[in-house]
Amino acid sequence: MKSVLPIVSVIAALAVVPLFVQSNVTLNFLVVTLLIALAGQGWNILGGYGGQYSFGHAAYFGTGAYVTAILQVRYGVNAWIGFAAGIAVGAAVGAIIGGLTFRSGLRGSYFALVTLAFAEVLRIVASVAPITGAGVGTLIKLDLRAQALQFQSRAAFYWLILALVALSLLIAWLLERSRFGAWLIAVRENEDAAMALGVDATVVKLGAMVLSAAITAAAGCFYAQYFLFIDAGIAYGTWISIEALLTPIIGGVGTVFGPLLGALVVKSLGEGAKLVAGDAPGLDLVVYGIVLVLVIWFAPRGLIGTVADARKWVLHRSSRSVREAGHG
Amino acid sequence: MLSPAILIPAILNGLLTGAVYALVALGLTLIYGVLHIINFAHGALLSVALFAAFFAYQALGLDPYLAIILLAPGFFAFGYGLQRFVIGPASHGDDRNMLLITLAIAIILENALLYAFRADTRTIDVPYAFETIDFGFTFLAVPRVIGFGAVFIVALLLWLIMGWTDIGKAIRAVAKEKLGAELVGIDVAHVYAVTFGLGTACVAIAACLLIPTYYLNPHVGNAFVLIAFTIVVLGGMGSVPGALVGGLVIGVIESLSGLILGESLGQIGIFLLFIAVLLVRPSGLFGARA
Repeated sequence: MKSVLPIVSVIAALAVVPLFVQSNVTLNFLVVTLLIALAGQGWNILGGYGGQYSFGHAAYFGTGAYVTAILQVRYGVNAWIGFAAGIAVGAAVGAIIGGLTFRSGLRGSYFALVTLAFAEVLRIVASVAPITGAGVGTLIKLDLRAQALQFQSRAAFYWLILALVALSLLIAWLLERSRFGAWLIAVRENEDAAMALGVDATVVKLGAMVLSAAITAAAGCFYAQYFLFIDAGIAYGTWISIEALLTPIIGGVGTVFGPLLGALVVKSLGEGAKLVAGDAPGLDLVVYGIVLVLVIWFAPRGLIGTVADARKWVLHRSSRSVREAGHG
Repeated sequence: MLSPAILIPAILNGLLTGAVYALVALGLTLIYGVLHIINFAHGALLSVALFAAFFAYQALGLDPYLAIILLAPGFFAFGYGLQRFVIGPASHGDDRNMLLITLAIAIILENALLYAFRADTRTIDVPYAFETIDFGFTFLAVPRVIGFGAVFIVALLLWLIMGWTDIGKAIRAVAKEKLGAELVGIDVAHVYAVTFGLGTACVAIAACLLIPTYYLNPHVGNAFVLIAFTIVVLGGMGSVPGALVGGLVIGVIESLSGLILGESLGQIGIFLLFIAVLLVRPSGLFGARA
């Protein structure tokens, strides 16, 4: 994507939604969708641009959520500072996990497996450690003031998460245009060849991991502030690892808008399934799983990639027919 | 503190449990050895097999050990179809896609079970569930001793299939050199599907051996599959003897750490061992360098 204009116009269009929509149910749906889009953009930096498929992004989401909550509840730290600290600690956890796995040269299946294991270890630790509230979870006190990062109206929360999503879109856009992004894509396409050309693959992957973890951690921090309650099953649960990878893959892996589009599609389908079959546990995830299979099967580059392919094909055909007409 | 009178039964029980772990791991390592992907659907398939064994007993009155005759071929066919008609065509031969497809299948199966049967935990009561054998120095539960023996029969059968049949030779050829196997006329898609089917049949047999003494719910497979991942990594991805030895070792470690540290920390011990092995020696104890 060359120009920043599409990002500006999409965000502007989304920003005016609360002026027309007053329904709390709709706004809540959009907030959760944007939250998943943000977590997905984090996954997309490492998985989409870097080709490293993590099955355990819950590790960063949960760390962000817990740090934000624990700093406020146990240490009386201001929520905004807690939010920033959550992002920082999430990035640090990314650096540790990335440092360990990439130095050991783990790729592909092994990488997916070890990231899954790290997230599970954190989940088990969080479900027994006293500081996280163990099995009971952590409740953030209701304090509806902007200083406490809590708002009376849903619209304010909506604009906050939209601002974070806008920032993540800009980061992806800048990444696409930067030298670092080019290295990262080179590593994805052929790690050995990239290394032969002088790219330090370990450092590049580690950098992507830290950036990726920070973005997904931000989604976790927001979750804690918005719902004011977390426990080990929410913060470090497999649901967020799955949704974080689902959205970019369905929307368009390694594209700026993939996670946002994927989140809209996935969440709409989930709600649609609930409307059709009633709200039963497991149903929305069955739908997600089927969509994931169908997208990989029939549109392996995601919805955005498939549209781009179709457009290229149409343009190619029309230019050829113009040429043929000229010759004729 | 720990007298031999406590320690020896704990070790023996660990070995009995470990044998069933080994069988689950055997299916996983077989699929990895040939297809070179980690089958993330393995745990969900185990849950499905446990439900199948449960309903075979409840609805048809079929003894779990007899149900093996029905479920093993049934799950072989299911696994074959899954690989041949879903995973294979959907992944376009890309490893990353294969990983995602097996993950998607895991999500679908597990949540379909959750949707259909809710999160309730179920058990069956066979008349011999609490029978024991007196070994003089300790008692061991009959179903677990049967399970232990059955695992080694299955391993022997697999070894015979791999070593002496045409399809076994074809599987080994594809595992070693896929392109070469294709060139001499081996149908790789068929071999992949047979391998996936064999791995799934292992899971079905493990389910039948487990169910007399175990419980089931839609998520139960996950507990096993993470242990199975650990065993496979410990024994070396793709190594059959590695899976057997790894399974027994993990069974004993789990039993002893449960005895010494308590249940919840025992679980963490396995995970930390798993991560440590992956980081330090990802090729495992028996595997070739990855």
